[in-house]
Amino acid sequence: MVFLSSDRLNTGLLTRFVRREFAPNRFDVIALVLIGAVAVLVVHGAQQMNLPVGHLRSQPVVLDPARLPEYALRSTLRMFAAIFASLLFTFVVATLAAKSRKAELVIVPMLDILQSIPVFGFLTFTVTFFIGLFPTSELGVELAAIFTVFTAQAWNMAFSFYQSLRTLPSDLVEVSQQFNLSPWQRFIKLELPFATPALVWNTMMSMSGGWFFVVLSEAITVGKTTVTLPGIGSWLALAIENQDFKSVAWAVGAMAVVILLYDQLLFRPIVAWADRFRFEQTASQEQPESWFYDLLRRTRLFRRIGRPFVAVWRLLPRVSLPRVPAPQIGGKQTAIWTDRAWFALVVAVALWAVWMIASYVIASLSLHEILIAFGLGLITLVRVLVLIAIASLIWVPIGVWIGLRPAWSQRMQPVAQFLAAFPAQVLFPGAIIAIIAFHLDPNIWLSPLIILGTQWYILFNVVAGASALPSDLKEVVGIFHVGSWQRWRDFILPGIFPYYVTGALTASGGSWNASVVAEIVSWGHTHLEAMGLGAYISKATTAGDFPRVALGITVMSIFVIVLNRSVWRPLYSYAENHLRLD
Amino acid sequence: MTMTLDRPIASSAPLVEVKALKHVYGKGGGPGLVVLDDVNLTMRPNEIVGLLGRSGSGKSTLLRSIAGLITPTGGTVTVNDMPGEDTAHGVAMVFQSFALFPWLTVQKNVELGLEAKGVPAEERRKRTLAAIDLIGLDGFENAYPKELSGGMRQRVGLARALVVQPSVLLMDEPFSALDVLTAETLRTDLLDLWSEGRMPIRAILLVTHNIEEAVLMCDRILVFSSNPGRVIAEIKVELPQPRKRLDPAFRSLVDEIYARMTARAVVPAAREGAFPGTGLGLALTHVSTNTLAGMMEAIAAPPNNGSAELATLARELQMEADELLPIAETLQLMRFAEIEGRTIRLTPAARRYDAADVDERKQLFAQHLLAYVPLAGHIRRVLDDRASHQAPATRFRDELEDYMSEPYAEETMDAIISWGRYAEIFAYHEDDDRFSLDDPA
Repeated sequence: MVFLSSDRLNTGLLTRFVRREFAPNRFDVIALVLIGAVAVLVVHGAQQMNLPVGHLRSQPVVLDPARLPEYALRSTLRMFAAIFASLLFTFVVATLAAKSRKAELVIVPMLDILQSIPVFGFLTFTVTFFIGLFPTSELGVELAAIFTVFTAQAWNMAFSFYQSLRTLPSDLVEVSQQFNLSPWQRFIKLELPFATPALVWNTMMSMSGGWFFVVLSEAITVGKTTVTLPGIGSWLALAIENQDFKSVAWAVGAMAVVILLYDQLLFRPIVAWADRFRFEQTASQEQPESWFYDLLRRTRLFRRIGRPFVAVWRLLPRVSLPRVPAPQIGGKQTAIWTDRAWFALVVAVALWAVWMIASYVIASLSLHEILIAFGLGLITLVRVLVLIAIASLIWVPIGVWIGLRPAWSQRMQPVAQFLAAFPAQVLFPGAIIAIIAFHLDPNIWLSPLIILGTQWYILFNVVAGASALPSDLKEVVGIFHVGSWQRWRDFILPGIFPYYVTGALTASGGSWNASVVAEIVSWGHTHLEAMGLGAYISKATTAGDFPRVALGITVMSIFVIVLNRSVWRPLYSYAENHLRLD
Repeated sequence: MTMTLDRPIASSAPLVEVKALKHVYGKGGGPGLVVLDDVNLTMRPNEIVGLLGRSGSGKSTLLRSIAGLITPTGGTVTVNDMPGEDTAHGVAMVFQSFALFPWLTVQKNVELGLEAKGVPAEERRKRTLAAIDLIGLDGFENAYPKELSGGMRQRVGLARALVVQPSVLLMDEPFSALDVLTAETLRTDLLDLWSEGRMPIRAILLVTHNIEEAVLMCDRILVFSSNPGRVIAEIKVELPQPRKRLDPAFRSLVDEIYARMTARAVVPAAREGAFPGTGLGLALTHVSTNTLAGMMEAIAAPPNNGSAELATLARELQMEADELLPIAETLQLMRFAEIEGRTIRLTPAARRYDAADVDERKQLFAQHLLAYVPLAGHIRRVLDDRASHQAPATRFRDELEDYMSEPYAEETMDAIISWGRYAEIFAYHEDDDRFSLDDPA
């Protein structure tokens, strides 16, 4: 999802991609096919490689609280490695898409689809692939984990950067042309600063989503390969295996501390700093604040430390990269022909990809198998929709109540964002123990787990929506003594709807991902399973059954994309057209 | 038609009575912001009363107290419904921002208040259509607000207020978000409906900062001072309707109100419990130095030649009173101008300023800033005294907040930073929020 930093940073995280100008077209189909083909190629390649037999446990995890800070640090470092990779990807790919129309035609729908599909699926392939690359060292496993987190983070960041580049203010573009800035100078002086607020906000959202995948990717079994990277995730896995409740509690505590620190010491300062790049001539009403940033600004020591970096930054525009002469296009006619040639090439590649996927699937799976996967997909779909509905019934009234009280919403908003970042699977053991103790039906009672971590998106978006309700409309409602039913129908619900859709869309996307870990859980030797596509994928992964993993992921992708296109996007577009407050 | 109501000829029972109203914003701890202090107002049937004042004079707060949207800190507000009237609705309000629900059609917007009152659907529709008809919105019943121009939107706002048949119509700067032509049409239409008695209301309370608008529409004008908001004058307008702006009597009344508004405003001493001793408690208004220079040039140039009537100047520069007065006051504060009654006169220093080149202008401005604005001198002294020649801005901000509430302190800091930068008496670094004596060159 793409989040826009809007007037107030905590509010209006409207997902842009659902807007009309990014409506699906034939290139969506092509993009989907290409992604599938790449996946098949990777799996195929990985199967050819000689997988190392046995466990990759160079450093077994020990359930010793003294080691926990180290594990937490290693998890965090993986996270930052991934975010760094995502930024690099963003700068290269998004810039390419914004500068080249031909690249844009392929990249934009691809990003759109990649950000909608459940990234967990990549894990199976990438673990195999990276271990194949570095069969003897831990590096391969590390890279696989980092790559998994990357796949959860990169797309919306790239999308946001691409959109910023496409919406550069034309007067500033003209200025940079007039002064003949080189592409590099233009990037440093105009494009990067302009894109910064949206990019920072999306990076922050990506980080929040990333914790889930860091924890997930540290301890995973793919066929015969068991990955155990020292970190909070593997600590948790071991604690569950040993039925060690105290260690689970330690993991929860450590996670809370880590997220709190990263939020306070890193992201709030960055958001406060990025505020200066907001493109508006009038001062913003509410500036994001960070005590740590204020502290840094006022400390002489920090200014001194920062000086070399500032100096390097100032030198950057002087770096002269060789100017690539713009290709001289021989007029309209030629342009049309090169476009057609490019399009023909893309279609040819796509057709080849279809053929390859089809032959792979036919060779390994029966039609019956495909139908089963779709059936399970329907069950998970029902689970997701029902839980979104229940969560909405709970959180919309609470969110509105909080949002209408500024003192409360200022305090609650960071809490909700914190909860959204918290990897919910750390809390699963508590629920599992309860289900076992009360002999509950896992088909029903495992379901709430898939929304445990993602419901907060609904809450904080609704809070943001309710606090953005304009005060003059509140006064109208007050002066006419509008009763509570009418107030909800005519004022509050339409007012928060655009925000709610954003939150529900995010929660829905996250829930599909979560279903992979929530539909099948264990506590020691007790295994609980709920029927659904998530459990199907999870089992296939553990068994190292690549065709079934590929099938499960494909089916889930189709469900998510269809759900987005047929439910969320129309709702969003309705909200955009009818319920906008400005 | 249900919409037309005969206004009783001369009922003296007051519709609205406001007694000793006081309102303070802010928490118990720090110095609260007194927006209204000891305000009394009585509204009788058949009159249009104007509340005139500059921004921050609390006129909107008074309006909202009468509307029941704000509970004032002290004093009483009584809204009396007319005896024998079916409406239980004392007041309705028209907003500066129109305040229409973007997702409701014109008809649904107008119906809002009726539905809230539980009026049955059929009657609701009938009354709504009548109000829409009255206000000239026929044909737009099914339009959404975003499809309408500003003037049409405000008509919807007016219809929505009228349809509940309030005894008093409250209008909060209803024309200030509209362009000049549209505003004039709407004013005329409203006055026509009023004088023909076609609106189901007994009185209108109009908040405005536009002096001409007040004189054009009102029977009685209450002039407010700011910080704190007090009624400083009550002016009866006895010109017959329709009033003409070019009528000499109209002009002279506008001039007189100008004089009244400046007369009190230019005593800068005791704003918000200022400490006359140090003078740091002087709240400044952030007026750009370009504007100050432009104003001095405008007054120095013919036909003014150094002095001008404020109202004439405002017309000439197409400014409203609450835009012009802060500029005039700032010039007076820095001894670049003197205000006497309705006239503003440049001092010799301002004439020198007008004739000078850029650097001389800056020097002259710096001298006056240091001499007459205590805060500027204070910051400069602190910077001079310190070995590092640096000081965090929070230090001064905190000092100001001992004397005034936070928003005023914020604006005062903005003003002093911008003037100090122009005068080059100190530098300010936004990045780390500190003052210094560095020469950026």
